[in-house]
Amino acid sequence: MWPLAGIAVVVIGFAAGLNPLIVIVLAAAVTGTAAGIAPLHLLALLGRAYNDSRYVSIVWLVLPVIGLLEREGLQERARALVARARVVTAGRLLVLYLVVRQISAGLGLLSLFGHAQTVRPLIAPMAEGAAESRYGPLREDTRALVRAYAASADNVGAFFGEDIFVAVGSILLIRAFLRQNGIDVAPLALSLWAMPTAVLAFVVHGLRLWRLDAKLRRRAGGGPR
Amino acid sequence: MIGLEQVYWVAGAMFGGIAIRSWRDRSDRKRAGTAAFWALLAVSFAFGSRIGDLANGAIVLALVILGGTRAIGRGAPATTSARERGARAAARGNAIFAPALVIPLVAIVGTFALALPSWHGAPIVDPHETTLLSLALGVLVALGAAIAWLRPPLIAPLDEARRLADSIGWAVILPQLLAALGAVFAAAGVGGDVGRIATEWLPVETPFAAVATYCVGMALFTVVMGNAFAAFPVMTAAIGIPLIVTRFAGNPAVMGSIGMLAGFCGTLATPMAANFNIVPAALLELPDRNGVIRVQIPTAIAMLIGNVALMYWFVYRR
Repeated sequence: MWPLAGIAVVVIGFAAGLNPLIVIVLAAAVTGTAAGIAPLHLLALLGRAYNDSRYVSIVWLVLPVIGLLEREGLQERARALVARARVVTAGRLLVLYLVVRQISAGLGLLSLFGHAQTVRPLIAPMAEGAAESRYGPLREDTRALVRAYAASADNVGAFFGEDIFVAVGSILLIRAFLRQNGIDVAPLALSLWAMPTAVLAFVVHGLRLWRLDAKLRRRAGGGPR
Repeated sequence: MIGLEQVYWVAGAMFGGIAIRSWRDRSDRKRAGTAAFWALLAVSFAFGSRIGDLANGAIVLALVILGGTRAIGRGAPATTSARERGARAAARGNAIFAPALVIPLVAIVGTFALALPSWHGAPIVDPHETTLLSLALGVLVALGAAIAWLRPPLIAPLDEARRLADSIGWAVILPQLLAALGAVFAAAGVGGDVGRIATEWLPVETPFAAVATYCVGMALFTVVMGNAFAAFPVMTAAIGIPLIVTRFAGNPAVMGSIGMLAGFCGTLATPMAANFNIVPAALLELPDRNGVIRVQIPTAIAMLIGNVALMYWFVYRR
């Protein structure tokens, strides 16, 4: 049972607000030691797993493109574009992004959108621009809230859309694990049963994004100008 | 064959360039630490496949020490002012969106087309990795188009990448580090222990209790591990298969599918899922590192309750 101490390290470390990098390495050290893994072996294990998961960092390759376009006014343009369209509000825009993200993920196009590719350069500035055009300059905490909601639309859309695609990693994992245990299920059945949750996620989070406008109105202390 | 390794070389070159520019930026008082951090990342990408596990482990340790002890700073690369950006945005119009849209466009086409070309019967591009390779290709095409059209100073793409990388800082390596922690947890048998505790201590005498325990367990375990993929085998072996499927004759496809989605509710609520929750907070320059999680928690709770209800409703139907 002692290897579980690593989980306690993670929970306490994050709760105490320590730097996550330090917390993670401490947790690995505690759990590894408790499980009787020798220090050098543990270091090699960490190194191998870190190295094998470099693919999650490929997304950083977009930084030069996004930075270059930002330098030339990408975010300003995104803001101006929505500011001119009066029907666009922050909430409505994010509902639209949520549904587009869900559908594209459901078609297997998961890496089409993302926090680095679309949220930072386009969606967050657009949502901010829409809010600003209605309620004037945003307070810093309000701006942060709009940005956080933009990120949440991306996550919820991706998580509750991707399993509708039959060849996504999680469907393959479910199928492989059940087969190991002598249960055969069709990938299509798995993606079919992901649909009720996808619809529910759209309703729940879409409603919350929709209500963001009312929240912004309250914070601005009145109706649109 | 072109595979992920070649993409890693490109990433290594980018981080190497950022390291050199960081080293030469005297406005950053911690420039030695900053440059060392990006240089180590460059080595990891460019040579990680060749230097062996122990050397990679040493790189991880050095990155964690630099990133975790505030030894890295933030440079001040030359960029445009807010006023210049406004003026350029007005002058160029919506054409500025074109390079940004090239990335997804190439990514879509590439996902389907990259696997096709072959040379003497062997594929030129690794057919298993077309999604990530297309993303990288899309970035290169977009970058080439943007440079040809905008004619920025030659160093600008690198310095702009450095501006963004510095604003993300140590969080750049968090997703990979969490994956490494997952591997240590797996080697130490943490999953099995949690599963044993869950089955020994929790009352699962009715079909509904089995569904509720399974879904909530998936979510909680995911909160701890940061990854529903790690929770799924453990909870499914402990509760899903023996109770929901075998004892109460539930439908395994419903159980597996909705069970995984119950785990995703946990992903929405945990800092351990760094690339979804902590990295965006850094990327969007939020003052609160947990700002994204905070707005997601109500949705996560509602979706967990919803998943329990949906699974209970559908899994025992015949």
